[in-house]
Order: sequence, then C-alpha cells, then structure tokens
Amino acid sequence: MWLSNSSIGRKVVMSVTGLALILFLTFHMAMNLVAIFSADAYNMICEFLGANWYALVATAGLGALVVIHIIYAFWLTMQNRAARGSERYAVSAKPKGVEWASQNMLVLGIIVLLGLALHLFNFWAKMQLPEVLHMLGMHVDTANVTNGVYHIQNTFSCPVYSILYLVWLAALWFHLTHGFWSALHTLGWNNKIWFERWRMIGNIYSTIVVLGFAVVVLYYWLCGGSCC
Amino acid sequence: MDKNISFTLKVWRQRGPKEKGHFQTIPVKDMPGDTSFLEMLDIVNEELINKGEEPIVFDHDCREGICGMCSLYINGHPHGPATGATTCQIYIRRFNDGDVVTVEPWRSAGFPVIRDLMVDRGAYDKIMQAGGYVSVNTGGIPDANAIPIPKPVADEAMDAAACIGCGACVAACKNGSAMLFVSAKVSQLALLPQGKVEAARRAKAMLAKMDELGFGNCTNTRACEAECPKCISISNIARLNREFISAKLKD
Ligand code: HEM
Ligand code: SF4
Ligand code: FES
Repeated sequence: MWLSNSSIGRKVVMSVTGLALILFLTFHMAMNLVAIFSADAYNMICEFLGANWYALVATAGLGALVVIHIIYAFWLTMQNRAARGSERYAVSAKPKGVEWASQNMLVLGIIVLLGLALHLFNFWAKMQLPEVLHMLGMHVDTANVTNGVYHIQNTFSCPVYSILYLVWLAALWFHLTHGFWSALHTLGWNNKIWFERWRMIGNIYSTIVVLGFAVVVLYYWLCGGSCC
Repeated sequence: MDKNISFTLKVWRQRGPKEKGHFQTIPVKDMPGDTSFLEMLDIVNEELINKGEEPIVFDHDCREGICGMCSLYINGHPHGPATGATTCQIYIRRFNDGDVVTVEPWRSAGFPVIRDLMVDRGAYDKIMQAGGYVSVNTGGIPDANAIPIPKPVADEAMDAAACIGCGACVAACKNGSAMLFVSAKVSQLALLPQGKVEAARRAKAMLAKMDELGFGNCTNTRACEAECPKCISISNIARLNREFISAKLKD
C-alpha cells in the first residue's frame, strides 16, 4: 500500500489527517466563540453535540484522525533519525529561510498532545463521557453534562489552567504555521508563485483560529464571563 | 591584492568506513586570500606529506562548480558559507584571521564515509539508474525545432537540470532526505514533451529507489534549498509529489 510503504505516501497521510484536524479546529473555534456572546446559545450547542449517535460517530472519527496523525508522526520521525545516521555534525548552523517550527514539529506536536489530554480531562470527561456512561446504565451524575458554560467558568477561573491553555495554543500556532503550507506542498499543490501565498494564508488562518480559542480563555479568565 | 590569513583548520580524519573518526587540528599560516579552499587543502596536504604524514582525503574534480564532486561541510554549511557556490568556488578571503575552520564530511546514513572527508554517493547513481533518463530508440537525431517548447517551460526545466548531484541537500537535511535531488531530476524531464511520456513510471521508480536506499521522509524544512549550490527550488519537490500522487491514484 503506497500510503505506508512510500515516503510521499506516508507524508500524504500526515497531510490529509493534519488538514482534517485543521478543519475540525475551525468549527470548534467558531462554536467556542458563541460562549462569549450567549451562554444559553452555547449550552444549546452542547446539548445538540452531546452523546447523540452523530456526535459519537464524529468523536470516534476525530479520535482516529488524531491517533493516525500521531502514529505516523512518531514513525516518520524514527525513520528520519535513522536516515540521518548516527554521526552528528560538530558545527551546525541554521540555514536562512528555515522556520524554527519546521524542524521541531514533533516537539510541538507532543505539547499539543499534552494539552489535548488536559483538555479531555477538563471537558470531555465531564461532559460527553458521563453521558455515555449514563446511557450504558451506570450511576453517574449527569446534572451538568450539557452545561458547557459551567465547565468553561470552572476551568478558566483557575489561572494555572488558563496559562496552560495559552501555552498549548501557542504550540498549536507554531505547529500550524508550518503545517498549513507544508500539507499543501506535500499534496503537490504548490509552485514558486503559490509558495508565498500559501504561507501567508497559513499564517493568517492559524492566527485567526488560535486567537479565536485564546479569546474565550482570556474572557472567562479575566472577567469570569460576566463583563459587558 | 588579498591579504594573507592565518587560521586553525579542524578537519575530520577517519581511516576507513568502519573506523572511528576524530578531528585533527592543523594551524594554517599566511594563506593568501585568493587561494581557493581546495588549493588550501592541497597546500596543507603537501606539508603533511613532507612531514611523512597521511594527506587529507577529499573529493574534487572540475574545480569550477559543475561536476558536483567536491563535498565539504565547512563551519556548519554544506559547501561552506557562500550561497549558490560549491566548495571549489570558495576562497580563503571569506575567512578571518584567527578563525577556527571546521571541515566535516557529509553526514548521512545514505552517504557512508569512505575515508576522511570522502563519502560514498553511489546511492545517487542508483537512483538515476532507476529512471532518471529518457528511453530513445536509436536512429536519426530529431531536429531541435521539431517539438516547440514554450520558453517559461524550457527555463524551468533548465533550472532543474542545473542540479549537479553533489548531495549537499542530503547533507543539510535533518531528515536525511534526498527529495531535492530526486525532484530536480524528475522535473528536468517531466517538464519537457520528450520526458513526459515516461513521467509516471520515472517518478515511481526513482522515489521507490530513494526510499529503498534509506533516505528519509521530507518534512519541508527547506534546509536543502537554502544550502543547494545551484539554488534548486523546493517547488520541484511539490512537482514530484504531484507526479507521484497522480501516478499512484491512476494505478
Ligand atoms: C490539533 C492537532 C493537530 C493538527 C491540526 C496538526 C496538523 C498538522 C499538519 C497540517 C501537518 C503538516 C503535514 C505535512 O507536512 O504534510 C502536521 C505535521 C506534523 N504533525 Fe501535526 N497536527 C496536530 C497534532 C499533532 C500531534 C498531537 C503530534 C505528535 C505527537 C503531531 C506531530 C506532527 C509531526 C511530527 C509533523 C511533521 C511530520 C511531517 O511533516 O512529515 N501533530 N501536523
Ligand atoms: S539539488 Fe542542489 S544540493 Fe542537491 S544534489 Fe542537486 S545541486 Fe546538490
Ligand atoms: S570540484 Fe566540481 S563542482 Fe566542485
């Protein structure tokens, strides 16, 4: 299968899963913004995307994307280290035009992964998970499972969580500024003219997505979600 | 007149592929600035031979930037500090009095060291043999104007064909990937009508050979493009990806 036994094929898998995750982030960010404007509307979304069959299928699909992306990330990195050989240069200089993010995608990805674990603990474990457990007949408290705003307030009133979330978002920003154009380049949709355009579009897009998330964190941290 | 420069040469010595290597420090006195880097090594070698020591082994041939044999990793850059120039085109005037000049071989699993600064780049030949050519039946030479080719396309193909197969792209790559080389060799033919015919087969065969020989997966860091002495663009890599993916989708 060329998606696993050729280098370009493996990169295509990284690229497609990465792009799908970017698309997911876009929707996720847009829904989060609702929490700034109306708590009720946000909770309605939470109810709508609770433990319905379509939300569960989407969650499973999303989980699969993340797992594939991560497995390939480690696999590619291991192969690349082997290809690099055991001897390292005594002197090495960063050539100009090389983005820092591009050479540290795994480290950035691992930070994103740790943030994701925290995020699942803060939200998913208190919202969709108990609902599913409840449906399976277990005795769990389901009073707040669709009260997203309650969990947002709970999490971001704690400055440690807010700061961790902002660090997480910063790592995501670096990952995406390289990942965006790199993914399109991997698929072959690039040339000398589009190179700078994709990079610019990628930078703007990543900034909008990351800022969208950050605004919600800052809003609930700094004014408890009750100003204006 | 360029002034004379004195510096310390720190050079990698390794007696054989399996042997453990080490750095040798050699003081270089009053080297004229207009000496080329390779001439400087010739002079140092002559002194080593006169002292009864082993000369430093390094690759070189044309000494005018067209053959791709020279391959030194100088002060952290393949082909040294200049852009768009090979090792043989570097002059001593680029360095300052008192500098430490560190010279290493290409370090990548695909290019094992043969001795000192000389590495085995046979892998590139194998990739070329896998498909870096156009099959022609012998016969009369076709008229050069028989197939019209638009100027921008001809230029793009010519830029790709500037690759001299030196291996600096692999040497610069943290992933040990040979994609810049392979993509240049695929592009120089895929762009032209004569090469288009076998484009799909060529892209698949050359990439498969590159993977088989243990080169890494390109993560688009662009180090290759920055260090390439012929300024080969990574847009060629996008073209190779395109050729390869569409060939696989058609299968
Ligand atoms: C929301 C989460 C994530 C998104 C949106 C995302 C997106 C992307 C994109 C678009 C690429 C570029 C693909 C390409 O160059 O063709 C990429 C590359 C990469 N990602 Fe992620 N990623 C995410 C999470 C992670 C995680 C959790 C890890 C690892 C633990 C990771 C590790 C990597 C690595 C190592 C690369 C570079 C691989 C390569 O270019 O071959 N990513 N990512
Ligand atoms: S692409 Fe550039 S660096 Fe790589 S082999 Fe060709 S000339 Fe050398
Ligand atoms: S010796 Fe031929 S390119 Fe340097």
